Amino acid sequence: MKCRRCRAPAIIDLRRHNAGFCRDCFLHHFREQVRRAIKQHAMFDPDDRVLVAVSGGKDSLALWDVLTELGYQVDGLYLGLGIGDYSDDSGRSVREFAKGRAGRLIEVELAADYGFDVPTGAAATRRAPCGTCGLSKRHLFNDVARREGYDVVATGHNLDDEAAVLFGNVLRWETSYMGRQSPVLPVTDGFARKVKPLFRLGERETAAYCVLRGIDYQVEECPMAAGNRHLGYKEILDELERRSPGSKAAFLFGFFDRGRAPFQAAVDEERAALGACTECGAPTPGETCAFCRLRRRACGDDVIHEDSSRPGTAAVPVQLRVRS
Amino acid sequence: MTAVKILLRNPRREIEVPGPTTVGALLARLDLNPESVLVIQGNTLVTRDAQLGDADTVEIRPVTSGG
Repeated sequence: MKCRRCRAPAIIDLRRHNAGFCRDCFLHHFREQVRRAIKQHAMFDPDDRVLVAVSGGKDSLALWDVLTELGYQVDGLYLGLGIGDYSDDSGRSVREFAKGRAGRLIEVELAADYGFDVPTGAAATRRAPCGTCGLSKRHLFNDVARREGYDVVATGHNLDDEAAVLFGNVLRWETSYMGRQSPVLPVTDGFARKVKPLFRLGERETAAYCVLRGIDYQVEECPMAAGNRHLGYKEILDELERRSPGSKAAFLFGFFDRGRAPFQAAVDEERAALGACTECGAPTPGETCAFCRLRRRACGDDVIHEDSSRPGTAAVPVQLRVRS
Repeated sequence: MTAVKILLRNPRREIEVPGPTTVGALLARLDLNPESVLVIQGNTLVTRDAQLGDADTVEIRPVTSGG
């Protein structure tokens, strides 16, 4: 197989593009897809400060790397989830990657800073671990970005992630979630701007980018995600893609271009009705936000205390650990 | 008989399959969807039409994340 751009021997075939690429032309393709996503959706400018949420996996490390390559001002935010060896390894991958980079790495440890971790939070609230993890990430990424004055939070969600989320939402006609699914969520009261610059690239492409750039990401899957519904959707979509290359991109991009708009109004109404959490100030439809309720239950602290400074009950922002 | 050494992940393990073979035939033999994996040789990747033979070692790395 030959490279489509330069006719050198190809090292990767992308059936969706009906193309093979050599190393250099693949990296060019990858950067162009990210550049196009940023431009198409006016995600951010070179003057903006970008906070990349990093997990140690292929997508977030590839994102930090490519945004730096493209000349943006990027720092990383790592959230320690307390999932045993998996979290130890992911933290090591992130710190190794961050060494010698221009940007700084901010770390938040759920257990040390908020008094609980994902397994205890999931057990206390009887939520699925992935739900506890997602809730904590959404809250803390937003919280740190606003406190530290970042213009935008960038996450490593890729085409496969977004197609699987959309697939699940369509199966259950979760119209509110469908209205919120977008490559860009604008800044509003209490919410930082959020963007997904990798949404045009599949996870096979983000993994390939890491291999070719020598990025030592965490290959092992989270033990708590094994067998979850999201993985099942991805398996089904991969089979569809094998039979009909380009199906996932057509499904997702078609939704963004032509399917999403009717669901947007309900989301705008929801956001307009939000107030501030009485404990941490985050946007919430009730008195206390979902993260503070999770933290209270996980810490066995359902009764409201005047003093929220003692360990395990931190409602107010904690001191951040920063590696320059 | 020649054999191709294969490193598989999640969980990490090694197997050998008879060679020579192509990457595409290898994935079919192992019942793996080419959309869900990368095939890595050294510090680079190999395409489905690549030939694998005597003493070749490749890693088949899944790319699907569940988060």
